[in-house]
Amino acid sequence: MVQWLVDLLSWAALLGGALFLVGSGIGLLRFPDFYTRLHAAGLADTLGTALTLLGLGLQAGFTQPSVKLAMILIFIWLTSPTSTHALAKSALHSGLKPSSTPSSGGKSS
Amino acid sequence: MMFVAGMIAILIAMTLILVRAFLGPTVFDRILAVNSFGTKTVLFIAVYGFLTGRPEFLDIALVYALINFIGTIAVLRFFEYGDFTSLGQKREDR
Repeated sequence: MVQWLVDLLSWAALLGGALFLVGSGIGLLRFPDFYTRLHAAGLADTLGTALTLLGLGLQAGFTQPSVKLAMILIFIWLTSPTSTHALAKSALHSGLKPSSTPSSGGKSS
Repeated sequence: MMFVAGMIAILIAMTLILVRAFLGPTVFDRILAVNSFGTKTVLFIAVYGFLTGRPEFLDIALVYALINFIGTIAVLRFFEYGDFTSLGQKREDR
């Protein structure tokens, strides 16, 4: 009974993470501008990673792999906003202008 | 079976990100795609370790996350300042 419930929760977490990962990939491919693509990539780095690693951690239980999964999750949560900020700052300093209209196709520099 | 579903989703996301890395109009799009691809690789290694019943792969995933972050920051520093040594001042001939 408990194993069934853990499997169900793990399925739900892994499928939710899969939804976020594929949605982030589609957004990264379809969004019109570099700065909007940053938003799409951040989606996978926060909730896609969290739900996928949560699904794995439910299967592992209270063991050493769960601690490693939590360490990976905390590290990605710390470094993903940092690298996103560095990317946006670097792009803005190099003269890449954000486009406000979706029809400009990302060629806004 | 659930690990296979997660792996398929990660592979689909990696394919889409790879298309963006090849298409990307600016160099920042490519850096963003490579950074995001590295995060997906970390997830892929973790799920593959659970799929084959060897959770020791999580150590490799952790090291890959570290290298991915350092690499992204290093490449960004190179493109913003021109080289790795000039601290603070931007390149003039841009």
